[in-house]
Amino acid sequence: MSKQKEDIRIGFYICHCGHNIGSVVDVPGVAEYVSKLPNVVVSKDYKYMCSDPGQEMIQKDIKEHKLNRIVVASCSPLLHESTFRGATAKAGLNQFFMQMVNIRENTSWVHEDKEQATIKAKDLARAAVHRVAFHKALEKKVVPVNPDVLIVGGGIAGISASLTLANAGKKVYLIERDATIGGYMAKFDKTFPTLDCAACILTPKMSSVLKHPNITLWTWSEVSNVDGFVGNYKVTVTKKPRYIKEELCVGCLACIDACIYKQGKFYDEFNFGLAKRKPVYIPFPQATPQVVVVDDKTCLHFKTGKCQQSCAKACDRNAFDFDQKPENVEINVGSIILTTGFEPHNPVKSPNYGYGKYPNVFTSLEVERLVNASGPTEGHVLLRDGVTKPKSIGIIHCVGSRDEKTNKWCSRVCCMYSLKLAHLLKEHTDADVYNFYIDMRTPGKGYEEFYDKLLNEGVQFIRGRVSEVTDWATTDSEKGKLVIRAEDTLIGIVRRIPVDMVVLSVGLEPAKDAQEVRKMFSISCSSEGFFLERHPKLAPVSTFTDGVFIAGACQGPKDIPDSVAQAGAAAAEVLALIDAGHVELEPNTASIVEEKCCGCQVCINMCPYTAISFNVEKGKSFINEALCKGCGTCVAACGSNAIFQNLFDDEEILSEIDGLLVE
Amino acid sequence: MADKPKIKLAVYWGAACGGCCVSVLDVHESLFTVVEHADLVFWPIALDVKYKDVEEMPDGNIDITLFNGAVRTSENEHMAKLLRKKSKILIAYGSCAHMGGIPGLANFSNKEEIFKRVYETSESIDNPNKVFPATETEVKEGKLTLPKFYNDVMTLNQVVDVDYYLPGCPPQTERLVEVFMAVVTGATLPPKGSVIGVFDRVQCDDCKRKKSDKKGITKFYRAWEVVDDGETCLNEQGILCMGPATRGGCGVRCVEGNAPCRGCYGPMEGIPDPGAKMMSAIASMLEGKEQDEIDKAIESVVDPAGTFYRFSLPGSILRRKQK
Ligand SMILES: Cc1cc2nc3c(=O)[nH]c(=O)nc-3n(C[C@H](O)[C@H](O)[C@H](O)COP(=O)(O)OP(=O)(O)OC[C@H]3O[C@@H](n4cnc5c(N)ncnc54)[C@H](O)[C@@H]3O)c2cc1C
Ligand code: SF4
Ligand code: SF4
Ligand code: SF4
Repeated sequence: MSKQKEDIRIGFYICHCGHNIGSVVDVPGVAEYVSKLPNVVVSKDYKYMCSDPGQEMIQKDIKEHKLNRIVVASCSPLLHESTFRGATAKAGLNQFFMQMVNIRENTSWVHEDKEQATIKAKDLARAAVHRVAFHKALEKKVVPVNPDVLIVGGGIAGISASLTLANAGKKVYLIERDATIGGYMAKFDKTFPTLDCAACILTPKMSSVLKHPNITLWTWSEVSNVDGFVGNYKVTVTKKPRYIKEELCVGCLACIDACIYKQGKFYDEFNFGLAKRKPVYIPFPQATPQVVVVDDKTCLHFKTGKCQQSCAKACDRNAFDFDQKPENVEINVGSIILTTGFEPHNPVKSPNYGYGKYPNVFTSLEVERLVNASGPTEGHVLLRDGVTKPKSIGIIHCVGSRDEKTNKWCSRVCCMYSLKLAHLLKEHTDADVYNFYIDMRTPGKGYEEFYDKLLNEGVQFIRGRVSEVTDWATTDSEKGKLVIRAEDTLIGIVRRIPVDMVVLSVGLEPAKDAQEVRKMFSISCSSEGFFLERHPKLAPVSTFTDGVFIAGACQGPKDIPDSVAQAGAAAAEVLALIDAGHVELEPNTASIVEEKCCGCQVCINMCPYTAISFNVEKGKSFINEALCKGCGTCVAACGSNAIFQNLFDDEEILSEIDGLLVE
Repeated sequence: MADKPKIKLAVYWGAACGGCCVSVLDVHESLFTVVEHADLVFWPIALDVKYKDVEEMPDGNIDITLFNGAVRTSENEHMAKLLRKKSKILIAYGSCAHMGGIPGLANFSNKEEIFKRVYETSESIDNPNKVFPATETEVKEGKLTLPKFYNDVMTLNQVVDVDYYLPGCPPQTERLVEVFMAVVTGATLPPKGSVIGVFDRVQCDDCKRKKSDKKGITKFYRAWEVVDDGETCLNEQGILCMGPATRGGCGVRCVEGNAPCRGCYGPMEGIPDPGAKMMSAIASMLEGKEQDEIDKAIESVVDPAGTFYRFSLPGSILRRKQK
C-alpha cells in the first residue's frame, strides 16, 4: 500500500446518542483509545454529535487543530452522513474527508455484553482511522430533474396520485396492465365504513384521469425496461396488442353483440369466473377507457384463422386491427410512483376451508361481485347453482392471514370488509349471518362505530379460529349444509354451525410479480414480499432508489383511505423533487481506466444499473457516471483491474481491513 | 563489444520443478548471444559450481540472479539470502518465486499431513517403522543432516528483498531475452519491485478467440467433456479459462494450443489476491441469476481452490489454509 504523502491530521468524535450508545459502549474509553492511534490529533466524546454544538465542535477543531480528516462514530450513515459531511464542508474541508463509523445500529443496539461491544466499537473506529487517511477530495455532480412522472398501476392509489400531480400541472404517464383502470375498488359495491357506493366515488375519478390533458393513460400496457437514475429515467412501455385501434373505438359495444359467440363462453376475469365473457369484451360497464379488447387466447380468428370476423364487420369505425403486434414506446421521466397493488390470498392454499371442493364456499371478492348491482347476478346473492338464495351464511375472517402456514401478517382490511359484507349480505338476503373472527381489528376513524352498528344488526359474532369447513353431517339439521367447525373461545366450547354459504375473507398478499417489478425498478421488498419503504416511519413512501416512490397496497395491506393518503404523500415527494429542479449525485461512482481495459465486456452484464456500455471502435468499455450507483460489482468483476471506484478504491478498502485486523 | 566486461549471471532453483531452468536453456541459439555478453557463474542444473564457491564471492559480485522456485526448506531460504547478498539484481523468476506457484498449493495442507501422506499412507509406500525425514540423523559414520522442511511455502519476497518479478510457469523465453538485452544494453530499468517481462493487459486482450459480452456459463466442463469449436472463447464454451484475470506476457500460449489459460502469469498490477480476482471475474460470467442456478454452475468447478489459486496461494491475502 502506498504511503500517504501529506501530513494526516485526524479528528475523532464519538457520540453517546443519549443512552442509545452510551449505555452499552464505554464511549469515553473509546475516545481515549483512539486518541493514541497514529495520525489522530483530537479525540473527543459528546452527548449528541448531531446537535448544533456537536457539529460546531468539529468545525472549530478543524480550524484550530488544522485537521484534514474527520471520523465520527455514531449512528448509521443513512441517518447522519449528510449532517457530518455538511459540518466538515462548513469548516472548509472537502466533505469526503469525513468517514462515519456506525456504533449504534451495528454495535450498541445489537449487543448486550458491554465489554465486547466496547472492543467492537474500538475495532471499527480503528478501521475508519486507517481508512480515512486514504480518502481523496471529491465533488458531487448536479443534474437536472425531468418534471414528467411515471405512475405504474391504475388502482385507486395510482389514480389519486395521477390526478394530484396532473392538477399541479405536471405531465403524468399512467400505465395499467389491465384493460381498464380502477383496481380492486372498481369491483366493490359499497365501501366501509361509510357504505358509500364505490362506483359513485370512483367512476368520476376514472373519467377525470381519462380526460385530463396532463395525463397520458396507457391501459393494456406494462413497463418492460427502466434505465437511468433519479431525475432522468428512460422507461420502455410495452403496449400489448388489443387488436383495436384505441383512438377509433367509441365504446358502442356493437362488436360484442356481433361476435359469433352468441353467449359469453370464457372465464370472466373481472367477475372471478362468476360470469362468462366473449373473446371480444369490455371488463365492466364503466371500464375506463371505454375501449373493447380482443382476447387472442379465446378468439376464434386467432385460434383457427377461420372466423368470419363478424365483430370487425359490425364496427362502423373500422377500429379492428387483427395484425396488431406488441408495441414498445420509450418515455423519459424524472420520477416514478409504483401503485401496483396487491393480490388476494388464494384460498386453495388453506385447504381446510374447502374452497374449490365445496361449490358454496366463496371468496370475499366473489361476494363483492354478487352483492354488486352491476355484477353477474345483478345484486342477487345466489349459491353456485345460480338460483338458490342462502338462508344462512358464515363469514370466516383471517383466511391466509395471521397464520404461520400461510401469511404471518394481519391483512388490515379483512375485519372491516367482513363487517361490510355481513351488513350487505343481511340486507340482500335476510339470512342468518355468522362472523368467525380471531380478534376484531377495527382501528380507524368511524371503524369501531361501524362494528357497533353491526352488533345491533343481528349478525352473530363467534370468536375463534375456524378449524374446518365440511359437508360431513353429524345431525339431520346439518344434512346438505356446510358445517363450520370452530372453537368459540368466549364460551370455551367447540361449535358446529351449519350454513348454506361460506365466505372466506381472504387476506392481502404481494402481487405475484412483485419480485420482477422490484428488480426492474431497482427497489427492495421486505421479507413478506411487499415493496420496502425507505423508513417505516419517516419515509413511508420513499424507497432506497432515489426518485422511485411507492403508494397503496403494494407497500403493504391497507384500505382505500390509507392508499389515497399515501398516494398524496408520494405525489408531494415527487413535487418536491421536481421543484428542487436538480439532484446531487454521490461521487462514489466507478470509472474505467481506458488503457487497462481489455474489452472483455465482462463488466457490462454485471452492472445492475446498465451503466456500462461498449465502444466498438475503441474496443473498450465505458461507465456512464450518471447511471452508476457505486455498487462496486464491476470493480470486483474486472480481471484487468481496469475499474476503480471513488470512496472504495483498493487502498481505502484494504487499509480499512488492515485497520480492523491489527491491534 | 568484446572489451566490455561481461555480465555475471546466476540461475538458481528453490522449490521448483526444473522447468524454469530449462526455459533458460530454451533460448536456443540465443544462448550464444547470452554467453557473448554474460558469464554464467552459478547454475546448478548445468554447471558444477558449489555453494561454497558462491559463499566465497564478494558481496554484489553477481550482476543478475534469476531465482526460480518457491521457498519451502531451510536450504531454499539460506540460498535465497546468500544470493541476495551476492547479487546486484535479484529477479524472482517464474511463478513459484513470484507468488508461490504449484508447490505453493501445499499451503492448503501442512507439514504433518504432507509427511504422513508421502512417507506413510501413500499407496506405493511401505514404512512399518514410520521413518520420517529428520534434520539430523545419527548413523554409524556420524551425523547426517537434511534441510528443514517448513510448514509453509513462501514466495521469494517473503524471505528476501526482490528487485523484479518475471512470472510464468515457466516464463516465456522471449521475455527473458528481452529483459536480458535491456540490462546488457544499459536501457533504463523499470522501478524496483516491478513485474517485468509482461504486458499491461490481460490474456483475453491478445486472445484471438471470438468473445461477446454474454459469457453465459451454466456449467463448467473439463476439457475432455466437450468438443472445443476452436474459435469461441473457451469460457463461453464452459471451459474454465483464467484469461480474464491473468496478465498477458506469454502470448496466450495455452489458448493458442487450444488449452485454457491456467493463470501462471499472475494478476494485473495492484491486485492483492489473484484467487479472489479470478473468482470474481469467473463468477461474473455465469448465466444464472437465481441462487440455485448460480450454485449449480459453481459446484461444477472441480477443485475451485486449486484452480483459482493454482499459482498464487502463498503470495495472496489468503496465503494458506488455517493451521
Ligand atoms: C374483498 C375486499 C374488500 C375490500 N373492501 C374495502 C372497503 O370497503 N373499503 C376500503 O377502504 N378498502 C377495501 N378493501 C381494500 C382495497 O381493495 C385496497 O385498499 C385498494 O384496492 C388498494 O388500492 P391500490 O391502488 O393500492 O391497489 P389495487 O386496487 O390492487 O390496484 C392496483 C392496480 O395496478 C395494476 N397493476 C398491478 N401490477 C401492475 C404492473 N406491473 N403494471 C401495470 N399495472 C399493474 C392492477 O391491474 C390494478 O389495476 C377491500 C379489499 C378486499 C380484498
Ligand atoms: S471487465 Fe474490465 S477489462 Fe473487461 S471490459 Fe470491463 S473494464 Fe474492460
Ligand atoms: S459500480 Fe459498476 S456495476 Fe455498480 S453501478 Fe457502477 S458501473 Fe454499475
Ligand atoms: S477467457 Fe480465455 S479463451 Fe476467453 S478470451 Fe480470455 S484468454 Fe481467450
